[in-house]
Amino acid sequence: MKKGVVLLITFLIFLAFNVSAETIVVCSSCKISSIKTAISIAKDHDTILIKKGIYKEYDIVVNKPLSIIGENLPIIDGELKGEIFTIISNNVVIDGLHIINVGSSYTKDYAAIRVKRSRNFVIQNVILEKLFFGIYLEKARDGKILNNKIIGNAVIEHSSGNGIQLWYSKNIVIENNFIQQVRDGIYLEFSDNCIIKNNVSANNLRYGLHFMFSNHDDYINNTFENNGAGVAVMFSKHIKMLNNTFKKNWGSASYGLLLKEINDAEIIGNLFEENTIGINIEGTNRITYKNNNFIRNGWALKVRGACYANSFISNNFLYNSFDVSYNSKLNDNIFDNNYWSNYTGYDLDKDGVGDVPYRPVKLFSYIVNRTPETIILLRSLFIDIIDFSEKVSPVFTPDNLMDNRPSIKKIKW
Amino acid sequence: MLKILKYSFYDLIRSRWSYVYFMFYLMLGIVLLFLNTDLSKAVITLMNVIIVLVPLIGTVFGVMYYYSSKEFTELLLAQPLKRSSIFLGQYLGVALSLTMSLIIGLGIPFVFYGLFKSNAIWDFSLLLITGAFLTFIFTALAFNIAISNENKIKGFGYAILLWLFLAVIYDGVFLMFLIVFEDYPLDKLSLFGIMLNPIDLSRTLILLKLDISALLGYTGAVFKKFFGTNFGLIVSTIMLSVWVILPVLRIVYISKKKDF
Repeated sequence: MKKGVVLLITFLIFLAFNVSAETIVVCSSCKISSIKTAISIAKDHDTILIKKGIYKEYDIVVNKPLSIIGENLPIIDGELKGEIFTIISNNVVIDGLHIINVGSSYTKDYAAIRVKRSRNFVIQNVILEKLFFGIYLEKARDGKILNNKIIGNAVIEHSSGNGIQLWYSKNIVIENNFIQQVRDGIYLEFSDNCIIKNNVSANNLRYGLHFMFSNHDDYINNTFENNGAGVAVMFSKHIKMLNNTFKKNWGSASYGLLLKEINDAEIIGNLFEENTIGINIEGTNRITYKNNNFIRNGWALKVRGACYANSFISNNFLYNSFDVSYNSKLNDNIFDNNYWSNYTGYDLDKDGVGDVPYRPVKLFSYIVNRTPETIILLRSLFIDIIDFSEKVSPVFTPDNLMDNRPSIKKIKW
Repeated sequence: MLKILKYSFYDLIRSRWSYVYFMFYLMLGIVLLFLNTDLSKAVITLMNVIIVLVPLIGTVFGVMYYYSSKEFTELLLAQPLKRSSIFLGQYLGVALSLTMSLIIGLGIPFVFYGLFKSNAIWDFSLLLITGAFLTFIFTALAFNIAISNENKIKGFGYAILLWLFLAVIYDGVFLMFLIVFEDYPLDKLSLFGIMLNPIDLSRTLILLKLDISALLGYTGAVFKKFFGTNFGLIVSTIMLSVWVILPVLRIVYISKKKDF
């Protein structure tokens, strides 16, 4: 009962605040024509409504809980002078702005919107163009980044910034954003419990999405197309990767998904299509790969080393130049009930499972791993012959590396 | 020479083997496109066939034709004709008729499936050009072998061995070489090694034109830098031409000296 009263009182106070919250209108012909002045005269929980127009401002510090809302996408032009919004207060909403010309620097990471040690912020419907860093969260928590469009013009990796960067941030939701041509589309460093959903990250110089030392994050239903590498997950634990599309990350050093030193992850229901290397795996343990489609990649899986207790179950491997490549004779990973388009066995008892085990590692992929120059003999008749003889009696490839129950039909789920 | 060329050419065109060869390519093209309507994918599959079968057929056909028309050749030699023109005429007759079967046999189904509207046309023409080159090269080599060996069985044996060497064994030796010397920078050397074998050269040329080239990684980048430029293309064309010219010169040289 007592609790209820307290709740009621808080609710009333909150209501009172809301009633007292005012709306400050900013436009070029209004009394208040700059966002900075508007912020300085605003009280907590006020709304600042920015009308359509061009505002040449930078270093705007949001130091109280405000809702900054743009009407018809007003343009905020930083004139390449520095950072534009810096949020240092909790409960800030930024909605519907078009921010351009963020300054770039080799010593400072200027961002279009930086959130510093704040909670409960919402950044939505923002368009960022000509930026260095886009949205930069620094020790922020419990925020949402929704429906933004970030269009960079990055050319060189070392002089460009990331679209959305999280540093020591927790419980962030990143949803429905479109990011292109920056260094890393989304970058998480020391950031836990984040959800990344329905985003499109394309044409980025380095990675579409990049995890470093970040645990318990999920990314779902995203599309990564034509990046240096689609997604890089490094030194992280308990990451869930579900129903994403990795497409056309094609180039002499490109990957769909790059895994390095990651443990206990789930990779389920993803599509890897036309990547040079579908998944590059190095030092990963206890990862479940299930129901993924690997279509027309150069290498579907490239397993480098120190990978233990991973399981590859019920995936489709369709028309890849190499299905799996291994660089050692040791194997501690399980391949079970996958569909391999290169499978040539038969199914006499018609139970949908091939009677002959399938060996996904070809001798040639082993040789190429050892001596990369030999790739030049790709599709030579001699290579087909040695691949065939290795298939009949494996000598160089791990002899326990096989799918004992290869599916005869493409797996549907 | 032209008359003999014409005679050999018409003789071959009327022969059953030309038709078989032609029908084979026609069927291959139709089946490939029937199973796989994507033109550029069909080009990749065709490449596999062309770099193996075209040299083999060129070799076997060349040797066979030389031996089977030997009596007629001897008859011709009794006439006041230049020796070189007799043999060159025969050689060109065989090579041209094979090339024609190849180009028409593959061309018809592809044109039928809308090659001219597709952007695979350049890959396809490159495929046909290398195919033509390979035919000329291997027919010339076959003639060389046949002229040098009176014994039919020996001649056939050598011809098949030659094909086997260039199509398979060379790659094996090359592979061993690359593995043994893997500690050294090998990209320039492998470039050189590829240039020396016409089959490998054709394969690499076609592979690099297709977007599979990204698979080739760093080595591929070196190769692409070379073959992707006009210079590389010219060098490879010259190299293939040299492979045609040298055996032809030897045919001329031997035919002048040979005692029949």
